[in-house]
Amino acid sequence: MSEAKSDNKRFEPRIVAFFCNWCTYTAADLAGTARMRYAANVRVIRLMCSGRLDPQFVFAALRGGADGVLIGGCHPGDCHYQEGNHKALRRFVLMQRFLTTMGIEPERVRLEWIAASEGDKVQRVINQMTEKVRALGPLRLEQRMLLHTDLPEPLLETSLEPALVEGGRV
Amino acid sequence: MPALDSASNGTPRIGVYVCHCGINIAHTVDVPACAEFARALPHVTVAREYKFMCSDPGQELIQQDLRDGLVNRVVVASCSPLMHEHTFRTATKVGGGNPFMFQMANIREHVSWVTVDKGMATDKAKSLIAAAVARISFHEPLERTRVPVHPDVMVVGGGIAGIHAALTMADAGKKVYLVEREPTIGGHMAKFDKTFPTLDCSACILTPKMSAVRSHPNITLWSYSEVSHVEGYVGNFKATVKRKPRYVKEDQCVGCLDCIESCVYKVAKVPDEFNVGLSMRKPVYVPFPQATPLVAVIDPETCIEFKSHHCKKTCVEACEKDAIDFNQVEEIHEVPVGAIVLATGFKTFDAKRISRYGYGKYPNVYTSLEVERMVNAAGPTGGEVHLADGAKPRAVGIIHCVGSRDVATNRYCSKVCCMYSLKLAHLLKERTGAEVYNFYIDMRTPGKGYEEFYDRLLQEQVHFIRGRVAEVSDWAMDDEEEGRLILRVEDTLIGRVRRIPVDMVVLSVGLEAQPDADDVRRLFNISCSKEGWFLERHPKLAPVSTFTVGIFLAGACQGPKDIPESVAQAGAAAAEALALVDRGHVELEPNTAYSVEELCSGCHVCIALCPYSAIAFDKTKNASVVNGALCKGCGTCVAACPSGALQQNLFRDEQIFEEIKGVLSYV
Repeated sequence: MSEAKSDNKRFEPRIVAFFCNWCTYTAADLAGTARMRYAANVRVIRLMCSGRLDPQFVFAALRGGADGVLIGGCHPGDCHYQEGNHKALRRFVLMQRFLTTMGIEPERVRLEWIAASEGDKVQRVINQMTEKVRALGPLRLEQRMLLHTDLPEPLLETSLEPALVEGGRV
Repeated sequence: MPALDSASNGTPRIGVYVCHCGINIAHTVDVPACAEFARALPHVTVAREYKFMCSDPGQELIQQDLRDGLVNRVVVASCSPLMHEHTFRTATKVGGGNPFMFQMANIREHVSWVTVDKGMATDKAKSLIAAAVARISFHEPLERTRVPVHPDVMVVGGGIAGIHAALTMADAGKKVYLVEREPTIGGHMAKFDKTFPTLDCSACILTPKMSAVRSHPNITLWSYSEVSHVEGYVGNFKATVKRKPRYVKEDQCVGCLDCIESCVYKVAKVPDEFNVGLSMRKPVYVPFPQATPLVAVIDPETCIEFKSHHCKKTCVEACEKDAIDFNQVEEIHEVPVGAIVLATGFKTFDAKRISRYGYGKYPNVYTSLEVERMVNAAGPTGGEVHLADGAKPRAVGIIHCVGSRDVATNRYCSKVCCMYSLKLAHLLKERTGAEVYNFYIDMRTPGKGYEEFYDRLLQEQVHFIRGRVAEVSDWAMDDEEEGRLILRVEDTLIGRVRRIPVDMVVLSVGLEAQPDADDVRRLFNISCSKEGWFLERHPKLAPVSTFTVGIFLAGACQGPKDIPESVAQAGAAAAEALALVDRGHVELEPNTAYSVEELCSGCHVCIALCPYSAIAFDKTKNASVVNGALCKGCGTCVAACPSGALQQNLFRDEQIFEEIKGVLSYV
């Protein structure tokens, strides 16, 4: 990885990834088996399905110090559980709106469909995501929130009402 | 976060075991530093490193610590959980712990193998270990549920792989449903004349197996049928099979062929699928003389009775068994099966896609499958090889790698073409005495007796020209080339461009996934590789299993394979399926959802989300309840529950929140 040694002072973003067990996590394993080198900034948390992704996980990651969140699921129509990835997409769209409202660049949260055979896509997406978040700079959520002091308290706690997410056909 | 439940879990005493995996991990990750890092994490009582944690001594480390009471929760930082989670859960259980008081940190596939910088790799490994340690304090003992396995099995696809798998399982006493889309079983092998390298007569070795399928008391053969729906889970699938109407009663027809003889079409006018269009059939036909079942089929697309309803129906008159039934309708069968073997095969590459080879333009350019039929004594020409004008070819050119090893079509090697090209070269030389030229990129003949067969062909004075043919044309430059097909090729062994005039060109087409492989894999909930081949669970160690437990693969649907390989794989798939159904029960992962009823607000959001209808609203409790037997553990409902009443075992909210904190605690 050339970027790693080039500049020690360079900002290294912290990215938390949520990968579904059947497609994207397996693809990440395949990338490993094939020794595809990619940026070390992404830490993967395995879920059985992208449908398990509670938006609170994303906000918890951002609140906890992540500069970006990557979500990986099976391609539409390929979900191991029929349509969990569609639910993830619905939530993702709402999360994007929410992030924009909060003054957070929506590009910091990315959703990708990566099939079990697409190890190269894991490599590409992780490298792209790392570069993108590096370009955006550190999230510094607390500083941003201080600028938005007019926001009501619950929003600072990022307690999105999941019922709203599910109710809406996005 | 709720406090640790010391009653059910005990105060956490976490053991962390960091694996070197030889040098696979240790080469990039500083393993001792990781162990030292882990030792300082909260609740960690033991942190060890070992060369191979999956080895017996490695597992013994865990078991001894459990037995000594040093630890009650186990974290192993090694390879992917998809690789060894089962191994270490079992080790934890053997040591006296609960197998689910275990968590894996994937520092090989996700760290050491993908990271160049050692410092960054070590940091990433530490953060994954921190995450596993953070979450495991919130694990609780779980039990796997046992469900019975239905003893019947299904095989989809009746080529040589499906036939072999079906016979193997039927011989073991299992009731087998063999579903074949075509009117007959036999697949591609039934079309071949000889098989390489032994030159066994293909029909002679295949047809006894086909008959065995027909007569086997344990096999239900459903030809001309397709699986239309599959539901359920390992051990308890429910498959819906559509039996297309063949308009001939299968239990009445004796295969006398009188209906075909008496059809009002005196001359066959419909291209014969079995002979790849080289001959014609009638609207009522049997695909080939040894078709199994030997039952006629009426093609409603071309039958006059179906088109006009005014046919004299001479076939009905001719049939002494009253087997013809124009009113037959599609039958739907729903059967419970414990395991399914997919053997749906391949298709050959469409030679028209490479227009410079002139297939479809020059009548004497054939595909290898067409030549297979032509050299077959039971084929359209009775085994005679002749050109479109009836003359015998004086020279034949066989072009290898058509639709293989080519970035414009398929990058992969189709594996069987070198050998079948050699076989066809031998047969063409034997039948016609023609000069035979093989145009190859590399000769690939690994296999028992294969290289010897290549040597034999060299002795038989077959010509081998190393080079990819640029073009096939009829553009003659001299009298010798006039009226013939000219192959232009760079002979890379002599470094010259040559023009080779021949009378007949054979395109050795590669193997491709079935055009509907994508629909089929969705039906059975499995994955495909990029090329469309069904994806095996592990390329080395689980080559016939899929990511959906209970669904197995056999033959070329998984990738290009020759007959011996397909048969071997079919046997392996049958053995795996037998191992599953013979056990009689299967243990399901406990990662299902459950409801904390007192928290449920009764909003019903979860109920509509569940694709398996596993959640119901209990009016007396005023809460949603999850049926653990139906839940497959995706967790979609859990993510949607606004009151936190739904949780997923092994993926509870607090476990994941801890994991998030863990990965971010060390950066």
